[in-house]
Amino acid sequence: MDESLEVKGEGSTRRLFDLGGVDVAWCPGCGNFSILKALKMALAELDLKPERLVIVSGIGQAAKTPHYLRCNFFNGLHGRALPAATAIKAVNPELTVIAESGDGCMYGEGGNHLIHAIRRNPDITCIVHDNMVYGLTRGQASPTSLRGFKTPAQAAGVFHEPLNPLALAVALNVSFAARAFAGDIEETKEIFKRAISHRGFALVDVFQPCVTYNRVNTYQWFREHTYYLEDSYDPSDRVEAFKKALETDKLPLGVFYVNRKPTFEENLSLYRKSLEPLHRRKVNMDVIGELIDATRRG
Amino acid sequence: MPNREIPRIRIIRGDCSIVLGGEAGQGIRTIEDVLTRVLKLSGYNVFSTREYMSRIRGGVNTTEVRVSSRRVSAFLNRIDILMPLGLGVITRLRRRVSRDTIILGERSILGEDLKGYEEQFIEVPITDTASRIGGSIYSNIVAAGVLAGLLKAEMIMLEDYLRKFFSAKGAEVVERNIAAAREGFRIGEDPSISGMLRVELDRNPGVREELLIGGGEAVALGAAAGGCNFLAFYPMSPSTSIAVYLAQHMEKLGIIVEQAEDEISAINMVLGAWYAGARAMASTSGGGFDLMVEGLSLAGMIESPIVINIGMRPGPATGLPTRTEQADLGIALYSGHGEFPRIILAPGTIEDAFHLTRRAFNLADKYQVPVIILTDQYLIDSMYNIMGELKPSEEDIERYIVETDREYRRFRFTEDGLSPRGIPGYGEGLVCVDSDEHDEEGHITEDLQVRSRMVEKRLRKLEALKGEAIPPQLIGDGDYSILVVGWGSTYNPLREALESMGRDDVALLHFKQVYPLHPDAERYLRRAEETVIVEGNATSQFGRLIKAETGLNLNKRLLKYDGMPFAVEEIVEGLKKLIS
Repeated sequence: MDESLEVKGEGSTRRLFDLGGVDVAWCPGCGNFSILKALKMALAELDLKPERLVIVSGIGQAAKTPHYLRCNFFNGLHGRALPAATAIKAVNPELTVIAESGDGCMYGEGGNHLIHAIRRNPDITCIVHDNMVYGLTRGQASPTSLRGFKTPAQAAGVFHEPLNPLALAVALNVSFAARAFAGDIEETKEIFKRAISHRGFALVDVFQPCVTYNRVNTYQWFREHTYYLEDSYDPSDRVEAFKKALETDKLPLGVFYVNRKPTFEENLSLYRKSLEPLHRRKVNMDVIGELIDATRRG
Repeated sequence: MPNREIPRIRIIRGDCSIVLGGEAGQGIRTIEDVLTRVLKLSGYNVFSTREYMSRIRGGVNTTEVRVSSRRVSAFLNRIDILMPLGLGVITRLRRRVSRDTIILGERSILGEDLKGYEEQFIEVPITDTASRIGGSIYSNIVAAGVLAGLLKAEMIMLEDYLRKFFSAKGAEVVERNIAAAREGFRIGEDPSISGMLRVELDRNPGVREELLIGGGEAVALGAAAGGCNFLAFYPMSPSTSIAVYLAQHMEKLGIIVEQAEDEISAINMVLGAWYAGARAMASTSGGGFDLMVEGLSLAGMIESPIVINIGMRPGPATGLPTRTEQADLGIALYSGHGEFPRIILAPGTIEDAFHLTRRAFNLADKYQVPVIILTDQYLIDSMYNIMGELKPSEEDIERYIVETDREYRRFRFTEDGLSPRGIPGYGEGLVCVDSDEHDEEGHITEDLQVRSRMVEKRLRKLEALKGEAIPPQLIGDGDYSILVVGWGSTYNPLREALESMGRDDVALLHFKQVYPLHPDAERYLRRAEETVIVEGNATSQFGRLIKAETGLNLNKRLLKYDGMPFAVEEIVEGLKKLIS
C-alpha cells in the first residue's frame, strides 16, 4: 500500500491514485478504462492528493469509477451526484470535488440538477461518460442516443431528439464546457486538467465507446465523426461556442467555452472573510442568544 | 360613534379571544404581529395563531389573538371580539360566532353580513380614520390601534414597535402609521366603545420581559443552537418560514441556506453537507418529503446523520396547503425502501420546538441516523410568551467527527453498530460511502455474508436509540383511571382542555418522541382503565403505532382532519362523549 503512495519522477506519478486488488466490473475494451487512466494521470500531474479529493457519483457503470482509484468518494443515488457534490464543495472549499457519472445519470435522471448546477456554478468538475446507451441496465436508449438507434426497449429505433449537452451548457452560460474522446487518453487528460483547474462549474462530456451495447458508436465511428477544435479557436466567444456545439456532422472535441465568473462558494456570505471549512468553525452562540433575546422586544 | 341606543354593557374578564379576519392582502398578519407584541410588552399574556387560504389576494384569512391574565398557549373556538375587515368573514366564522361575541366593524363594509348580528355589533370608523391619515392602506394599523386602546395596552409600546416595524420604509411611513395607531387607540378608549364593551385583564410586569416566539422561529433557532450550518429547501408551506428565518441571518450565523431546484436536490445536498462535515437540515412538508424519500433511504445505507423537519399539512397530494394536520407520521415512520433505524420527534410546545430541534442534531450525529422532526402548520404559525429562557450554549453541541488515519474504514464493524465517522480532508484516511451494499471500507460488495453483517450492524443501533428515547410526559394525577393520549402540537390544547374539565381521574400522556417509543409508554398505558387517543388525522396513525409496538388497542379516538387545529372546547366536548 505504501508503495502506491511513492511519487518518484515521471511515469510513476499516476500510481499515487492507483488502487490495488480491484475487481473491475467493466467489459474488456470499455472506454471507461481510458477515462479512468486519463483521470488518474490528470490528478497526479495536477499534484492533487487523494485525501483532498472527493469523487461524487451516481449509479451506472461510469458511476463505479471512484471505486477504482484512491480517493474519498460519495457514490450516492442515481442522478443525484451534482447536488451532493455542490454541497460538499460548499461545506469544505479546500476539497477538490469531481462529479462523475454516465449520460443516463447526469442527463436523464439528473437532468434538472445539471441545469441548476450550471446556474449555481459551484467550483466542481462534472465528468460525463457519454456512451449514448444504458450499460448497467443492459442496452436501453440514453438521452444522447442518436435517432434511429435500435435497442430492445426502443425496438423501432429512437425517435427522440438527442440531448446536446454542450449546447445546453453554453445556452445556460456555463463557466466551462468541453468534450473529450476516451480513445485519446493524452488529450482527454489535458482536457481534464484544464477542467479541474478551472474555477467554476466545468462540464466535460467524454465520448466513451460501449463495446457491448452500442455497436453503432464504436471507437472507429468516433474517430471518423470527431475533430479537435483548432488552436486558433477562442473559447471565450459564447456565440462561437454555441455554433460549435451545434455541429453534428463532425463533432468537435476540446474546450468549447470558458467563462470565469463568481462561483457558488464565492457568492456565499460566510466565505467573504475566510475559506475555513465549516467543520473547523465554531457556532456563534452570542448571535443566537441575541436573536432569542430580541423576541422580548419584537 | 355609537350606532344605536346603549344596550347592556359586555364585560370580558381574565381571558379574551380576539379574532381578526379579512381578505388576503388586507394586512391581517401585520395587525397580528403588532398587536401580539405590543400587548405582551404591556404586560399581558398572549397567544396567537392564524388560519389562511392558499391565495395571495381575496378569500378569508383569520387570526386569533388570545390576551389573558394567565398563561395561554392554545386555540379556542370561542370568539369574544370579532373584527371583520372585509365581507364574508362573519359568514365563514358563523359556527364560532356566539350570542356573546362582540363584532367591531363598519356597517358600510359588512352590509348584509350583519343580518342577525345587529344586537352585538359596534360601529368603529376605521376606514374614515385611515382616509384622513392618508388612505385605506392605514386601515389595518387603525384597527390594531383600536384593539390596543380597548385592551388598555401602552401607547408608547405601540409607537416604539411601529417605529421599528416600519423603519425600513422611511420616516413618512413611520409617522403616518403612528398617527393611524394613535387615532385608532383613541377610538378604542372612547366611551362610545368602552361604554359598551369592557375588557378586564390583569397585567403582569414579568411578562414584559418574557420571550415571545413563534413555532417556526423556535425550530430555526433550535437548529442554529444545535450547530446547524447548512440548510437546503424548496419553498413549501408551512415549512418555508424556517428556511427564510435562517436565510435572513445567514451571514451572522455562518450558515449556508440554499433554495434547491427541488426537494430531491435539497436532501442530496444535505447528505453531501453532512458527509463533508456540516450539520445540515432539510425542511419541507409532506409532499416535499415524498420526493426526499429515496434520499432518506440513502442516509440509512451510508449511515449518514440527517435532520429533516416535516411541517405537516393536510394531504393527500396538495391537500389544504396552508392548513394543519398530523397525518404524516405514517410516512415519517415507514418511508424509504429497505430497513434502517430512525428517530421521530414531535414538539408539543414552543420550548420543545427549540430544544428538540437542537437535540436532533446531536442524536443524528451520534447515532448516524435520520432524525425527523414532525411539526405542523398550527405549531409553526402559532406564538406565545414563554416563562423560561432558551439558552444556546456551545456545551450543548456534542461533536462526533473523528480524525481519520491511513487505516480508516468508514463502516468498521463494532459491537454497538456505530463506526466512528470521519470526513474527507480531516486526517490521512479516505472516507468512502456507497449507496450499494458495501464492505467496511465503503466499497461495493456482493459478498452475502458481509451483506448480512451490514444489515445487522445498521439495525443494532435501534437498541441504543430506544435507550435514549424521550419518555412520554404524564400530566395530571398519577392515580388516573382514564388516560388521554396525544402527541406533537396538540399538547397545549389537550392540557388546557383537561385542566378545564378538572377531573382528577383523567390524566394526559403526551409524546414528544413518537419513535422509537420509550419503555415507560407501555407502563403508563397498561395502568389506565380507559384510554382515549387524540390525533389530528383520520386513521389514528399514532394509535396504530402504539398497537404495533405494545400490542395495546387504543380504541377510543378523538380524531380531527378538517384542516383546523383542535380547539380546547372541542377536546372537552369530545372527551365528555367518549369517557365514562
